[in-house]
Amino acid sequence: MSDLPTIPAAPAEAAVTRRRPGSRVRVTGTDRIWLALMVIVPTVLVVGWVWLPAIASVVLSFARWTGVGGLDTIQWIGTENYKNVFTNYPPFYPALRHNLVWLVFLFVLPTLFGIFLAVLLDRELRGTRFYQTAFFLPVVLSLALIGFIWQLIYSRDQGLLNAVLHTQIDWYGDAKVNLWAVLVAAGWKHAGYIMLLYLAGLKGVDPSLREAAAVDGASQVRTFFSVVLPVMRPINIIVLVVTVIEALRAFDIVWVINKGTNGLELIGTLVTSNVIGEASRIGFGSALATIMLLISLVFITIFLATVMRGEGQR
Amino acid sequence: MSRPRSESEYLARLLPPSVAATGISRRGFLKGTLGAGAAVSLSSLLAACGGGDDGGGGGSTSQEVTFGSNQSDAVPKKAYADMLAASGLTVKVNTVDHENFQENINNYLQGNPDDVFTWFAGYRMRFFASQGLAGDISDVWGGLGGMNDALKQASTGDDGKQYFVPLTTYPWALFYRKSLWSERGYEPPKTLDELVTLSKQMQKDGLTPIAFADKDGWPAMGTFDQLNLRINGYQFHVDLMAGKKAWDSPEVKKVFDTWKGLLPYHQEDALGREWQEAAQSLLKKESGMYLLGMFVGQQFPKGKDQDDLDFFAFPEIDPAIGTGAIEAPIDGFMMAAKPKNEEGSKALLKYLGTAKAEDIALKADPTVIGASSEADSSSYTALQKKAVEFIGSAESIAQFLDRDTRPDFASTVMLPGIQTFLKNPDDIDGLTKSLESQKKSIFTS
Repeated sequence: MSDLPTIPAAPAEAAVTRRRPGSRVRVTGTDRIWLALMVIVPTVLVVGWVWLPAIASVVLSFARWTGVGGLDTIQWIGTENYKNVFTNYPPFYPALRHNLVWLVFLFVLPTLFGIFLAVLLDRELRGTRFYQTAFFLPVVLSLALIGFIWQLIYSRDQGLLNAVLHTQIDWYGDAKVNLWAVLVAAGWKHAGYIMLLYLAGLKGVDPSLREAAAVDGASQVRTFFSVVLPVMRPINIIVLVVTVIEALRAFDIVWVINKGTNGLELIGTLVTSNVIGEASRIGFGSALATIMLLISLVFITIFLATVMRGEGQR
Repeated sequence: MSRPRSESEYLARLLPPSVAATGISRRGFLKGTLGAGAAVSLSSLLAACGGGDDGGGGGSTSQEVTFGSNQSDAVPKKAYADMLAASGLTVKVNTVDHENFQENINNYLQGNPDDVFTWFAGYRMRFFASQGLAGDISDVWGGLGGMNDALKQASTGDDGKQYFVPLTTYPWALFYRKSLWSERGYEPPKTLDELVTLSKQMQKDGLTPIAFADKDGWPAMGTFDQLNLRINGYQFHVDLMAGKKAWDSPEVKKVFDTWKGLLPYHQEDALGREWQEAAQSLLKKESGMYLLGMFVGQQFPKGKDQDDLDFFAFPEIDPAIGTGAIEAPIDGFMMAAKPKNEEGSKALLKYLGTAKAEDIALKADPTVIGASSEADSSSYTALQKKAVEFIGSAESIAQFLDRDTRPDFASTVMLPGIQTFLKNPDDIDGLTKSLESQKKSIFTS
């Protein structure tokens, strides 16, 4: 803000004089083309890559189709796919439950832990950069490497964890523990991500706010909760949204381990295993995808409502 | 659901299995995320891409035959290149990653497929033949020597015409180490009771009787198939896989029930183990035997250890059924429905069905055998020779659960179903009822 007065006034006046007061901004032909392109290209991309596939998916969820042959081989079977998903597909409810567990877990532990790390690192400790890098590393590592690292740790017969604990726990195979084992791996990655997001936000908080709070005699903790946290509202919402999205689209790590079977079912993996392959159940997979879309919509609506209400109050 | 098909694939898997599997999984992931929302547009897009790719090669002479290969590993890729080079035809090879090839086969065949491509016998072949996506090659079969009736049957579509040329095959059986068994005085069991007695003896001797792994979901299908073939016979297997028999029938319940009785002799915690790890326990003489395909030999170092490997047929359960039915998946080739060079394609297929082609291909992998009885068996290992005899004397040959039934049923119903059984072997009624009701929802079209 303090920069503003230093901007020389002359060019601004010149700009004003070029346009007569009250007249509309002159738009040349080239400008028009550019403007049109800037509107049309993103619209086409969004409609073509997001809306059309999503709508097609919803439409196909009412069909039976193997993906072989033209569109005329599609049989329309009404809501039968949905009936089958809910009543005749044993992996569905576990998948739903696992996605919810995933969401709650990510929020309660890794997200809060990531925020905590960010607050610590923001205090310019010695070696901050090293810690930042270390915690952020899991986010950058390729999926291949992550699968490898955790396989080394969790393998029943040759893994680190069983060797250290002198146990014989089947971390990936026992349906009672494998979800939690995977959640630790997922949380390991998620915490680093949240840390970085939050750290970026913290760096943007005006230091004078903290100084003022300190002058007023507020403790560190009080300063954080009463001053920093409210200022960080936009970042908090982003973190929340990111967490929900991560939980709903959880897929990669589980797919690497066992393609989402045996206690690791997630809606994302069910969609994939039904749609991909030689003779795919495209309609059935689409029904699952549509259900996933609806669940996401619930969360998106809640967030948008909160954000908009917040904007309105300001 | 990939089987290891070569030594190099085995070598790749010596690294922790998750790494080996990951290349596949990442692609699967990408397709998955797109597929989730974009089933249709993705399909058409991929088909379109396929079309664009192929256009480039079209301008050459009519002598050229295009060949779509799923042999993406270095060793078999080289073996295939050698094999095709010796055909005397100009063959343009288009190699696609093994798993990717299978996952995209729909789009591939509907787009602009190569003239000749690698595929599997059984339902997986008939499925595409009956959709009109594969070319009739009955006239090629007329000129093939060394192919017995079982092979011909496995290459025949629902309409009685041939659509497939076999190249290699391998048996599923119980594998064991000769040195360990002779040291302990074990004899291959002939009946289920003998198998149980032997297993008990092995447990007393501090061994795990039957090595077992089902993390990937398909190896246990082999156990189901063996029990089903012994209890209900080959024809029941075929009908069950075709959706004609009920999964909640007493016959199927008996299969699961027998399996439940054998589970205490299986290596525990199978759902977290990959087949390579189970094979290692056989190699290290911690387990007595292992029910798997002959590719188990890929986990055994060449030479002394590989020579020590032997196998026997799954023992008899019902004397009226016997042990005549075995499982031996066949890999081979098909022709596109509308090949650009039909004459050349058929000439190539004719060549691929000969012993000469098989001999070159076999050099890459000592755990498979040539399908043709004319293949040169003089360089075979003892294990390969035994496999030839084993398959040759079989009364009927099944492919494998996921090759004999609809792929969607195998992967989305049977795979989780069998894993559920392994987790909770007590609820057979509930499981079979659920399998049957899911089968009905899939086998309607």
